[in-house]
Amino acid sequence: MGAEFTRHVRRNLVAYIALLPMAAVVIFAYLGTMAWSVRLSFSSSKLLPRNDFVGFAQYVTLFDTSRWLTSLGNLAVIAFFFLLICFVLGCLLAIFIDQNVRAESLFRTVFLYPYAMSFVVAGLIWQWILNPDLGIQATMRGFGFSGFVLDWVVNPRMVLYAVILATVWHGSGLVMALILAGLRGIDGEIWRATRIDGIPAWRVYLSIVLPMLRPMIITSLVLLSISIVKMYDVVVAMTNGGPGTASEVPAKFIMDNLFERANIGLATAASTVMLITVLLVMAPVIYSQYFRKSGRAA
Amino acid sequence: MMPQAKPAAAAKRPLTYQEVWGRAGIYAFLGVLALFFLLPLYVMLVTSFKSMDEIRLGLIFSLPQQFTVDAWVKAWTSACTGLECTGLRVGFGNSVKILLPSVVFSILLGALNGYALSFWKVKGANVLFACLLLGSFIPYQVFIYPLVRVYAQTGIYGSLPGIVLTHVIFGMPVMTLLFRNYYSGLPVELFKAARIDGAGFWKIFIAIILPMSVPIAIVAVIMQVTAIWNDFLLGLVFAGRENLPMTVQLNNIVNTTTGERAYNVNMAATVLTSLVPLAVYLLSGRWFVRGIASGAVKG
Repeated sequence: MGAEFTRHVRRNLVAYIALLPMAAVVIFAYLGTMAWSVRLSFSSSKLLPRNDFVGFAQYVTLFDTSRWLTSLGNLAVIAFFFLLICFVLGCLLAIFIDQNVRAESLFRTVFLYPYAMSFVVAGLIWQWILNPDLGIQATMRGFGFSGFVLDWVVNPRMVLYAVILATVWHGSGLVMALILAGLRGIDGEIWRATRIDGIPAWRVYLSIVLPMLRPMIITSLVLLSISIVKMYDVVVAMTNGGPGTASEVPAKFIMDNLFERANIGLATAASTVMLITVLLVMAPVIYSQYFRKSGRAA
Repeated sequence: MMPQAKPAAAAKRPLTYQEVWGRAGIYAFLGVLALFFLLPLYVMLVTSFKSMDEIRLGLIFSLPQQFTVDAWVKAWTSACTGLECTGLRVGFGNSVKILLPSVVFSILLGALNGYALSFWKVKGANVLFACLLLGSFIPYQVFIYPLVRVYAQTGIYGSLPGIVLTHVIFGMPVMTLLFRNYYSGLPVELFKAARIDGAGFWKIFIAIILPMSVPIAIVAVIMQVTAIWNDFLLGLVFAGRENLPMTVQLNNIVNTTTGERAYNVNMAATVLTSLVPLAVYLLSGRWFVRGIASGAVKG
């Protein structure tokens, strides 16, 4: 066994060396920093990291902090509507584009271009359009509708929907592109068979075609979910968490506590909560999507 | 009357009354949504060509009455972030300086990792790869603070090498996945034949694998250029004051102004910041979609 292993390593030695950068990145930049963050969340670190151990004190404080609880609630609302609207809208766009329309590539280009732009840009543009003194509200009032109100970005109760609007505009093209690619791969025989059976088109899409597109659906939902959990830029650019704390999100809570409020213990406790949530949700998806069907070298 | 599942797929014959309405509905739906998607771009463009006097009238959807490029010139050469009024060209230059090495190194490493993972037997490599993939799903906030500490101790915090290294680290999962999947689809006989001829690890990589990687390398370039150009968070934390990328500078220009906001300048600045990814998107066409899909679908 020992000798055999040595021979194996010698035969593949250069491959081992070539993978050293990747190993270093995984071990130090991913796993090491992750462990360090978790460690810090059990310390009383403020401006500088400390090596003491205070148990779950930071977590108790964290879930007693209204700003954090607001952030979590906001993220839940944004994630729900963002995923739902992006998915439905993206599917509808893909299905309509797939009806042999003219200027198909023009439509595709228009629906996907926001995805190529940065979240900062998406946030800034919609901030202007929804700005009550400048955008749609001002325009409608200018037309004589003096009671017209569209004040989402400055109204604490509506600001989340402004953020959702900007992110949907940014992300639904992604669903469209992936679903459309999937629709193009579907066997034309299915359409002939269902037509002969007299099944209405919407039923065919709902009960036969969409289930066949499961991989594309999972992929698009995974990609959208990641962007929502990481959501930071769009909020900073659009509302900076305001008005008040009405549009705070967890990623921003962590950044603020790390770099502005000098509360490293609390920030790392919050990032640990995010880490565990993501791992619990993503691990099964990653396993089924990527790892089981592993490459040849397995 | 038989329900039509997919009208246009049927043989050529005059459309029925119902079908004509169906077609009209399809175009109406797509048209209205296309307007919604284009609205922000339209507003940005028309506003950037207006003067502030015209903007104060509050008609953001109207075309400029007096067409002027003053705002563009100002955004590029003299827009202010705080006390410095050097314009967006500084951020543009920084973004280019960050982009080029980050793209080159992350793609080369991705290709090397993908090659070693799919053609060579390295014990534990798949576990490493799984960890790497998992890492790409985790918010940056988990890694950032320890990285800042390590960078500070090694003296690369807030420097160009620091931000480039950061982009290479966080670009590694998707680049490795991309090349690994692509190489898994290449015929393994090619590799075996080269091995029998006595070619080693590097020889096979450089002489056989890399020349066959052009299509996937194009996809990788598109993905990395867009991702790195659009990055905000990493640039903000790791690049340092001297190297702030364009996205960060844009946000500073727009959101730190005191007094009356120069909306025309802001919008010109926003369009300028989007130009590189937009150009990549428009020129690359279907390759862009292929990047999105191959980064995740094929497993």
